[in-house]
Amino acid sequence: MWESLKEFASWFFVTGDPLIYGAMVSIALTMVAIVFVLTKYKKWGWLWREWLTTVDHKRIGIMYLIASLLMLFRGGVDALLMRVQLAFPNLEFLHSDHYNAIFTTHGTIMILFMAMPMMFGLFNMVVPLQLGARDVAYPFLNAVSFWLFMFGAMLFNLSFVIGGSPDAGWLSYPPLSQNDFSPGPGQNFWIWGIQISGIGSLATGINFIVTILKMRAPGMKLMKMPMFSWSVFSSCVMIILAFPILTVTIALLYLDRFAGAHFFTMDGGGNPMMYLNLIWMWGHPEVYIVVVPAFGIFSEVVATFAKKKLFGYTSMVAAVMGIAILSFFTWAHHFFTMGTSANVIAFFAITTMLIAIPTGVKIFNWLFTMYRGKISFKQPMMWTIAFIPCFVVGGATGVMLSVAPADYQYHNSYFLIAHFHQVLIGGVVFGYLAGIYYWWPKLFGFKLDEKLGAWGFWLWNIGFYVCFMPQYALGFMGMTRRYYTYGWDLGWEPLNLVSTVGAFLMGAGFVFQVWQITYSIKHGERDTTGDPWNGRTLEWSIPSPAPFYNFAVVPQVKELDDFWRVKEEKANGTYKEEPVHLEPIHMPKNSGLPFIMSVCWFIAGFGFVWEWTWMAVIGMVGVALVMWARSFQYDTDYYVPVDEVRRTEASLGRVY
Amino acid sequence: MQQVANNHEHGHAHDHEHGHEDHEQLKVLGFWIFLVTDCILFGSLFATYAVLMHSYAGGPTGKELFELPGVIASTFILLTSSFTSGLAILAMNKGKVKELIGWLVVTALLGLSFIGLEISEFTHLVHEGATMSTSAFWSAFFTLVGTHGVHVSVGLFWMVAIMMQLRRRGLTPVTRRKVTTLSLYWHFLDVVWIFLFTVVYLMGVM
Repeated sequence: MWESLKEFASWFFVTGDPLIYGAMVSIALTMVAIVFVLTKYKKWGWLWREWLTTVDHKRIGIMYLIASLLMLFRGGVDALLMRVQLAFPNLEFLHSDHYNAIFTTHGTIMILFMAMPMMFGLFNMVVPLQLGARDVAYPFLNAVSFWLFMFGAMLFNLSFVIGGSPDAGWLSYPPLSQNDFSPGPGQNFWIWGIQISGIGSLATGINFIVTILKMRAPGMKLMKMPMFSWSVFSSCVMIILAFPILTVTIALLYLDRFAGAHFFTMDGGGNPMMYLNLIWMWGHPEVYIVVVPAFGIFSEVVATFAKKKLFGYTSMVAAVMGIAILSFFTWAHHFFTMGTSANVIAFFAITTMLIAIPTGVKIFNWLFTMYRGKISFKQPMMWTIAFIPCFVVGGATGVMLSVAPADYQYHNSYFLIAHFHQVLIGGVVFGYLAGIYYWWPKLFGFKLDEKLGAWGFWLWNIGFYVCFMPQYALGFMGMTRRYYTYGWDLGWEPLNLVSTVGAFLMGAGFVFQVWQITYSIKHGERDTTGDPWNGRTLEWSIPSPAPFYNFAVVPQVKELDDFWRVKEEKANGTYKEEPVHLEPIHMPKNSGLPFIMSVCWFIAGFGFVWEWTWMAVIGMVGVALVMWARSFQYDTDYYVPVDEVRRTEASLGRVY
Repeated sequence: MQQVANNHEHGHAHDHEHGHEDHEQLKVLGFWIFLVTDCILFGSLFATYAVLMHSYAGGPTGKELFELPGVIASTFILLTSSFTSGLAILAMNKGKVKELIGWLVVTALLGLSFIGLEISEFTHLVHEGATMSTSAFWSAFFTLVGTHGVHVSVGLFWMVAIMMQLRRRGLTPVTRRKVTTLSLYWHFLDVVWIFLFTVVYLMGVM
């Protein structure tokens, strides 16, 4: 009995590496600490009522944000481990297997479990407020999306200590990701972690499309909608068109592994190259899905901090929607070297180059917005200004990669690595950070400290160039991606060492940001006006933090940047005060079902990962039961009485 | 939800209903968008099938094993069920709950026999030696046809739930919306089947 238990444990848990024992101990300690704190302060009920069952888009946004910052930490630690291993030739800090697992989880986590939730967090925190809405179109579904993401991410991260991490690259190309070459549950963790959170992403896409189309305040025509909401719309259109392809692709990969199917196998008529096509039909739109909302954020920030209307609003709308379409016609540029006809390659090379046009339009629009503006260099604006040159260089190297004959040289070299980190960090991360700094006061009621933020900003920016500029050169010197070590004879060591130093500077920047957040909770400048930046759009017209129903009175919109119009009219005395009439507010009720359903998905996913059919069946039956129960639930909303609205508003300093 | 605060002059009770109806409309729009995503899901599976449709790897072909009479029978059964679900909607528009439930029962029974036929077809194929792991062609076949079958089965469970709710609550804006989305789903599966029948079976035996 004891022997068989020991055998099971050594097969079930990942063993033999001090890093992993450390992780196990720290996970166990964190869990004990959380349970202890919650019990000691009797906070279990609070946690359940206020957070686990919430359908409030602002709280869901905050939970996304916290989760994404944790994932940024883990993905960042992965990156630092890799950079340590590569700092000098022939280091034996990580074994090759371990290195493979780490670059796989780094990529997967950064895109799917860091960038995506941070983006959804911003969607949730901002879009309904910008539109003058009281919630998203489907608040319940919104909670389902969040918890599916959360449990998918937990399932994926569990692979670190149980069963073993996936190690076939962030997109798990077959045949490497097939049973023959990747036995064990690692790849299954990759498949099911992404599959479960992917369903949530798809639902979010539908949710925000309907929210944007149908929940705008009266008078807000589509062409009077703030630019960030437009960018969210573009991103969601791409989500609903691209994510089903991902769902199918990884389901087929799982069938290959679990049911012995032959979709992507080397034998039985399978076609591994089909996987590359399918995964990039999702994968290329995916990078635009994450970057386009960042463009929306920059548009808002530039207009606010240059105190000018956004230059070229219409062309900006055309550009973000154009990118949504073009993004579906460039996928094959990820494997020019795979070998297809010259015409196919030419087509994809040209579509890829075309992408530069709408992007260039946007860059000029931001620059012209700043031109002759009275710029105030607050944190959101700093990140925006840092973004522009960074993204221009990243975009230009992207155009270099799109030149197919030249790509045969660049392909899978560190030149490529440097390129996509430059657009993803310079575009996505800088953008989301700008957005977080910008909307933080709206969510939490205080600003983040400028001085600590400046440290974070400069460390990130200097660190970025120190880290990635050498990698362009390393690419030309012949260093390809996924090398776990290299010899002294290649002459790569100086640049690699510099790159590692840069990575640690960025890591230090992150530490300063964490410090900044914890410091500002107590000492940050309080926002009592609700409009700390002299903003232009509706979200700044309500108190900070926003009350749970957002708007006591639904605003009537007349122009783009309507709140700016109101402030102007008030300043020159032409503003006509309309009589305010409070009404009971229709709100959705909290529900524990999204959480419970996602737990069931987690159980099913765990069963699928280990190919324990009984467990998968139990989990899926649970999912079905929850959906059944929800279908029979009719009492799902309530009205907030006028008195309560009046009292809440009064406590926030607004009298009706 | 929005509307409620705007209808200043209307009475409260009226507001309530109005808000609900708007909200139900919102859900129908969302369901259309869901169908777009489902369309792409099937599109990806069709594309996969198209790539692998001649990859028999020395195993049996579709031409050897498909038995068209059974497939044609199930095609007509599913098409009829789409028609009867349309009749259910007509009954709903006339406000006749019993008739509505009756047509839904007919639709569900037809759907059930469609699934029955599909299961017997799959068992037959497995007995003939064509399984998921026989060749890429059969992997693609079972996945594409099976995914449609799973969709129909989910639709059947959903239909049962809605019939129970109709019995309990009669016709309300909420139950109306549920019947509407269900029938959209059912027609959608019918359209998918027509493509499936053409691409998989007719082209398979040609």
